[in-house]
Amino acid sequence: MAASPTTAIPASVVDAGRRAGSDARADGAFRWFVAAAAFIVLCALAGTAFSMLWGGREAFATFGPGFLTSTDWDPVNHKFGALVPIYGTLVTAAIAMLIAVPVSFGIALFLTEVAPNWLRGPVSAAIELLAGIPSIIYGMWGLFVFVPIMGEYVVPWLNDHLGPLPLIGSLFSGPPLGIGMLTAGIVLAIMVIPFISSVMREVFLTVPTRLKESAYALGSTTWEVVWDIVLPYTRSGVIGGIFLGLGRALGETMAVTFVLGNTHRLAASLLEPGNSIAATIANEFAEADSDLYRSSLIAIGFVLFIVTFIVLAAAKLMLRRLSRQEGAK
Amino acid sequence: MLTTIKTRFVAVGLATVLGAASAQAADITGAGATFIYPILSKWSDSYNNATGNKINYQSIGSGGGIAQIKAGTVVFGSSDKPLSPDELKDAGLAQFPSVIGGVVPVVNVEGIDAGKLKFTGPLLADIYQGKITKWNDPAIAQINSGVTLPDQNITIVHRSDGSGTTFNFVNYLSKVSPEWKSKVGEGTSVSWPVGVGGKGNEGVAAYVKQIKGSVGYVELAYALQNKMTYASLQNSAGQFVQPSLASFQAAAASADWKNAQDFHLVITNAPGENSWPITATNFILVYKQPKNSAGTKAALDFFKWAYDNGGKQAEELDYVPLPKALTEQIEAYWQAQIQL
Repeated sequence: MAASPTTAIPASVVDAGRRAGSDARADGAFRWFVAAAAFIVLCALAGTAFSMLWGGREAFATFGPGFLTSTDWDPVNHKFGALVPIYGTLVTAAIAMLIAVPVSFGIALFLTEVAPNWLRGPVSAAIELLAGIPSIIYGMWGLFVFVPIMGEYVVPWLNDHLGPLPLIGSLFSGPPLGIGMLTAGIVLAIMVIPFISSVMREVFLTVPTRLKESAYALGSTTWEVVWDIVLPYTRSGVIGGIFLGLGRALGETMAVTFVLGNTHRLAASLLEPGNSIAATIANEFAEADSDLYRSSLIAIGFVLFIVTFIVLAAAKLMLRRLSRQEGAK
Repeated sequence: MLTTIKTRFVAVGLATVLGAASAQAADITGAGATFIYPILSKWSDSYNNATGNKINYQSIGSGGGIAQIKAGTVVFGSSDKPLSPDELKDAGLAQFPSVIGGVVPVVNVEGIDAGKLKFTGPLLADIYQGKITKWNDPAIAQINSGVTLPDQNITIVHRSDGSGTTFNFVNYLSKVSPEWKSKVGEGTSVSWPVGVGGKGNEGVAAYVKQIKGSVGYVELAYALQNKMTYASLQNSAGQFVQPSLASFQAAAASADWKNAQDFHLVITNAPGENSWPITATNFILVYKQPKNSAGTKAALDFFKWAYDNGGKQAEELDYVPLPKALTEQIEAYWQAQIQL
């Protein structure tokens, strides 16, 4: 460390030998450190899954596999089933993705391909700010601003225009409450759009300019460039962004609680109130007064964990299949 | 040098503060019902000014309060639902009331002002079971002559979270409707036959305000402060009464506390001409033979102070202070049951 400059040559030779040793040690320590960091994630994951399974063991033991298919939720008579919350979680998340993915795609494309340069910075910053808003704010906005609009205008319109249609008609007929699964899905969509669109924007920026310019030079329209150049180049990143949003939509709690209606009933219509796993836990955990009740709430937490895991695994499989097809071309 | 002086200075300051704090009585820790949180924080603020003792209360819900006191992590727990004498005995706990409030039905029906609509208990139970679905149903019209009722669907709003408000509401419905008792029952949350669930009093209030033709139930303070359209209710003496501090007080005074072991009494459907039928009590739980006897004594001193001096503040927040006869009974109960 404090080697004097006059003895530079011999000292540096000695130093080099010493340094090789200390480098190896430092390298080893560094490897251990990063491995430990990664290991913590695995430990946390396994620990979470196991402790939820352990906490829910009483519910699983009492109700067996019927826990997943029962629509009962009766704290007085100690009968619990997870089907209504599972259904609500999946339906609201699906509605959210149906809306959020095309809109985010549009936002990201506008920002990378269409918008003038001076506009890109402010709009991108605005999107990232939106991502930082606490979910309860979205919930309150949903309850006090959006729900009346839905109840007053949107739901009656859906009842009149989509309600009589065959097949999908039953999805869009219901009382004009304003709260319900459709409202929750729309609020969720607004919440996840910033996440998906900022990831999409980032990956769209990674497309080499010369690829795009070559396509333009060959006479492609903007749409053709996007569809045939940008999207194939960034597909895995885009799907990653979509699943980041989906993960958030599945687990969102407060915003959903405020606009979903929190009713333990299976309803065919999207305009009817329902329940989601996260909302059920948030609503009922504090006052869950019997062990079985609390255990059932932890058990549906475990179910959410499994549902999320299945969804993400399906995404990974889809990605792998896509890239294999790519190779076949 | 400067930093050492600074550190020393801070250390001395800290020691002074800590010394001052430990010279006074220890902090009183409690946990439980959210219902009493507003009044408890007001009381503890005044109590701190008067005596220097601090109350640290966490409003985590009645279920949490019961769990915490049983685990011995707090000096007192608080619950909107009284524990049975057997359960108290098993856990070695004593139980006594702290403050009284009430639950009022609120409606959103065009053309109907606060206090104009009348309900009976069985009628409310039928509505909450989905048996009466229209506002102009003969059963409602019959007792509301002179009120124009629309041909409108009734939307039921209930709490989505477990709550003492719900407990007192469904306890009342169970008392007045055998069918409700057998089909739905009572608890801090129940399996609602119909309706939508709002989170907290504010969630129910927001839904009732936004959904035309809805009916819900909230604490009185919520109904008054948000200027909601509350309804009057028929009490057990057959009188229609308006929800007010006076009618809550009447229910608290006429309830049969004398014969209630460990104050195990839910004062819904209380007797008396002027009694409000859905009056609710919050209960405090402490150990009969506490390990931390200094803490328990401090907690009891606090509640004694609140009974004697906190009445006005309670009324400002739309709670009802306990009647004098009841606080005397509680102090006698402390003497007899709690060994300090």
